[in-house]
Amino acid sequence: MSLPIIAEGVGVLFANPDPDLARAFSRTKNRGQRNKVMSLKQASAEFVHDGDYLATGGFGSNRTPLAACHEIVRQKKKNMAFAGHTTTHDFQVLCAGKTFNRVDCAYIVGLEARGLSPNARRYMESGAVEVTEWTNYALAARLKAGAMGVSFVPVRSMMGTDTFKYSAARLIECPFTGKKVVLLPALYPDVCVIHVHEADMYGNCRFKGISVADIELAGASKRVIITCERLIANEEIRHDPSATQIPFYLVDAVCEVPFGGYPGNMPYEYFSDEEHLKEWITVEKDPALFTAFLEKNIYSCEDHFQYIEKNGGLHKLQALRAKEFLLKTGA
Amino acid sequence: MAATYQDYNEMEMMITAAARELEDNTIVGVGTGAPCAAAMLAQKTSAPNLVIMFEAGGIDPILPEMPITVGDSRTYFRATKAGSMADIMEAGARGMIDYTFLGGAQIDMYGNLNSTMVGSDHQHPKVRFPGSGGANDFASFCWRMMVITPQDKRRFVEKLDFLTTPGWLKGGDSREKSGLAPGAGPYRIITNMALMDFEPQSKRMRVISVNPGYTFRDVQDNCGFELLKAAEIRETKAPSELELKVLREEVDPYGFIIGR
Repeated sequence: MSLPIIAEGVGVLFANPDPDLARAFSRTKNRGQRNKVMSLKQASAEFVHDGDYLATGGFGSNRTPLAACHEIVRQKKKNMAFAGHTTTHDFQVLCAGKTFNRVDCAYIVGLEARGLSPNARRYMESGAVEVTEWTNYALAARLKAGAMGVSFVPVRSMMGTDTFKYSAARLIECPFTGKKVVLLPALYPDVCVIHVHEADMYGNCRFKGISVADIELAGASKRVIITCERLIANEEIRHDPSATQIPFYLVDAVCEVPFGGYPGNMPYEYFSDEEHLKEWITVEKDPALFTAFLEKNIYSCEDHFQYIEKNGGLHKLQALRAKEFLLKTGA
Repeated sequence: MAATYQDYNEMEMMITAAARELEDNTIVGVGTGAPCAAAMLAQKTSAPNLVIMFEAGGIDPILPEMPITVGDSRTYFRATKAGSMADIMEAGARGMIDYTFLGGAQIDMYGNLNSTMVGSDHQHPKVRFPGSGGANDFASFCWRMMVITPQDKRRFVEKLDFLTTPGWLKGGDSREKSGLAPGAGPYRIITNMALMDFEPQSKRMRVISVNPGYTFRDVQDNCGFELLKAAEIRETKAPSELELKVLREEVDPYGFIIGR
């Protein structure tokens, strides 16, 4: 006997919530403790495929894998599905590359207090992208269900709204209390990228500050690419195992990318480059200028260091470091 | 300089009015901008033990300055915990969060909000906005939801293009019937012209006080639906000298929000 469905959203499900498919994938994955250190270029080429379901860690412009977003755009990945979970500048970068054509939307297009991205708006208003609506917690909970290895999770938000109507959630009566409850399908992304402070060569990770939904994201994703500010020795991990937030067996690639969260904020390392983020929004108003801007900042760059060098280099980073620590500098 | 604290602008009026709604020893989930300023002002005046939470995971920071995003490192500066989004939302679902402030491009008479799109075709919106973010969750979970917004006919509409975030839904008992947790819902709407609550039976928006310089007529003229009137409409108390001093000197010294 199955529980009657009281209501269901009309949105499309972009990833299969069947836990056995995810388990079967895990079985084939090399989960050994082996050296996974490689360049971001190599990791993106190997683990990010056209058509994949992609998710990014962090919170929009905070501890976000922006170097990886640039690399994915540079490698011209296409037709992807994307988890628009608290996404801001990462979404903006991937829109610039027209990387995805399906989005699970919780927060997209905007950059919080900085305003809306004109180019992301154009892309989303063009009809080229299929959208299913969710909420920030709903996507975090869907990832949690994925990390749990189940097919759904019950929550008590979204009821009575168009957000529910355009989602792929279902409303049922709870078999224990008789109260209505929303069921969210588990989300198992094909690939995710998470930017952390420290990782060892096996992929054991530590990060500081808020975790947002990254622990759930690492647990739910089939393939996990880690970019880190610093590689550390495995001995250091073993010296304080309580500090490990993402364990090695989830991780497929470890890429050391110092300042890989630039121009976003990396807690306790550097603050966001607000001037440059403003430039992104301004330049997007003019499609011709924007094309030149992308050529300069993404397509013609060999890697993230070149991008940073073109936008102030070490001097800029030093100033952003001072800003992160609320230091008043001479300038 | 004390004389300058006699004058105030409408943003200062709204932030002050919002701050006064926050009782001491409670918890508020905020975003950036005016709500954050209101919570900081309350902490520095009437509610020193008010705890601020940010949806991305920041719990109880001692804010050194106005955060730029709800997940930047300021949102957990000297905090008691740098947690996760689930920590915050699940605290809300457990009934731990008293207040939240939300906003949107459109609001209707039941306090429902639209922050998703303008237009009638979801796959082809005329204007695409960010979507729910954490707003739908906060509105579902927090006991008292408030909105700080300019009073404007294009914003206060008869019918939303998209119902992103639940207010009292269709009024009456429709919110509870939908399955949302009972007892939680819209509480105050704070505009540059007035303070509104919701009439307990119909759950329709009702003017309870008008800000100095405005009348009920002004509020109604700038609203796209019929407003209810409280039995007695008071005049909102103007910001005090102390409130303005704290707001300008400690909460928003660079004038990012209050525009000074």
